[in-house]
Amino acid sequence: MSVSHTAPRGPSPDAVPARAGVGLKAAHYRVILESRPPLGFFEVHAENYMGAGGPPHRYLTEIRTHYRLSVHGVGLSIGSAGPLDEPHLRRLAALVHRYEPELVSEHLAWSSHGGAFFNDLLPLPYTAETLRRVCEHLEQVQEHLGRQILLENPSTYVAFASSSYAEADFMAEVARRSGCALLLDINNVYVACTNQQCDPLQYLAQFPLAAVRQIHLAGCATDADEQGRALLIDSHDREVADRVWFLYEHVLARRGAVPTLIEWDQNVPAWDPLAAQAARADRALHACTLQDRRHVALG
Amino acid sequence: MLPWAELQEQLAAALRDPERAPPAECIGPDGARATKRFAVYRNNVFAGLIDALAESYPAVHRLLGVECFEETARRYVSQHLPRSPVLLEYGERFSEFLEQLEPLAALPYLADVARIERAWLEAYHAPEAPALDPGALAGIPAHRAADLCFTLHPSVRLVRSRSAAVTIWGLNVAPPPWASLPPDPIAESALLARPAAEVEVVCLTPGAAEFLAALAGGLTLGEASERARSVHDTFHLTEHCTALLGGGWVTAAHLRRRRTRGH
Repeated sequence: MSVSHTAPRGPSPDAVPARAGVGLKAAHYRVILESRPPLGFFEVHAENYMGAGGPPHRYLTEIRTHYRLSVHGVGLSIGSAGPLDEPHLRRLAALVHRYEPELVSEHLAWSSHGGAFFNDLLPLPYTAETLRRVCEHLEQVQEHLGRQILLENPSTYVAFASSSYAEADFMAEVARRSGCALLLDINNVYVACTNQQCDPLQYLAQFPLAAVRQIHLAGCATDADEQGRALLIDSHDREVADRVWFLYEHVLARRGAVPTLIEWDQNVPAWDPLAAQAARADRALHACTLQDRRHVALG
Repeated sequence: MLPWAELQEQLAAALRDPERAPPAECIGPDGARATKRFAVYRNNVFAGLIDALAESYPAVHRLLGVECFEETARRYVSQHLPRSPVLLEYGERFSEFLEQLEPLAALPYLADVARIERAWLEAYHAPEAPALDPGALAGIPAHRAADLCFTLHPSVRLVRSRSAAVTIWGLNVAPPPWASLPPDPIAESALLARPAAEVEVVCLTPGAAEFLAALAGGLTLGEASERARSVHDTFHLTEHCTALLGGGWVTAAHLRRRRTRGH
């Protein structure tokens, strides 16, 4: 006899262990299957697995049998004023049904408008109007997928004069109203706070850490604007910055250990340098877990 | 305050057009209009899509060189933004676009090379389908073999060219030890398919290309073979059938009923 689920199915707290994972790249398929590195999970960009067949599905199917999986969408355009792209939502649902990932996430951003896809995570003002729209879209996605999803904070290069919420408050309100969980991208916090000239520690103090189910870490590039002020670019093409490691440990100390992804999507390195970044995150997670146990023992 | 839909429309217009200033709503930390900061988004849009095209069209990229490819791809992107967030499908009109570009008219094979690369990509992502076991045809009486129709594997693509496009493509994706092209360019066609894990590419004679095109169009072996012989009189039906079936490029076969002559 089968049990029917009426409530949205969220990730159970231990569905993904609080360990490091990495973004899955085609260049690493073989080494992963041959050496089976000890990782908490792999994450894929949903849209890269929306072809009908072929090697991407062959490899992912094989890798899925050995590892936990996170599906990270980059194309739903949850921040758009217009309606969600329903065929795309159906494609995402089919992918989630096929691989049954432990985690599913998307972005607080928009990427499609007027029938065109811009292939970037574009910014939106944080107002009562966009808050309502984002929540409606999230509810639609969660209802369609029959599960809770995680929403990621963006890296931003501009702000909007009309914004009436700070980003961390907006994320908190979105999570509270829509029932979604959050994905805290600490590189995005670093990039956005540097670009908006605000304090990342203050941002993190405002951020609803209790709703965070996953962390992203990535590398960024450095540029400058017309006035020579620092302009960081969320490039995912290098090692995680020292400042981001510092902020990561700060978050772990406050939040406790959370599954953590190393993202390296451009200039993809050989497997070992990528695995070394994951090992560094694992050491921080391990230290944080020990710290928690000590607190429990002393308390 | 502008409704979000209107502001988003302005943002989208400024992303498409490098000459257009971002909406005054977009500000930097000093509250002033953030032109260079906004340009990061525009650059991400174009650079990401140009990269996606370079990845899908590696031989065209190599033939044009980095600068010329980027300039060409940038024009394509500005005229044809993706319609879908699934970028695996992006660039479907790139070969037509190349064909119509006046400055590239000196490379008449370029669009055909692009067609081969597009076909390769489609074969790569095509649905899986089990091959027909050749043994399943054992019971067909010899005199009915000419009435067989084949269903080709869903990954099969045929690219017909008037140039040596297959050789040129091959030289530019996996340079072989030799460095020069065949002295007399001939009309080459490519058959691409992915019956299992890897995309396979076969350079076809004009007769074999005619045969494949006819089979894909639903004609019988007999009819397809006649067409092939009309363009290439040494076409060997048995040899080509064996290759098709042995390669796993056929997924089903059925006999077409012959029309009976009535009064």
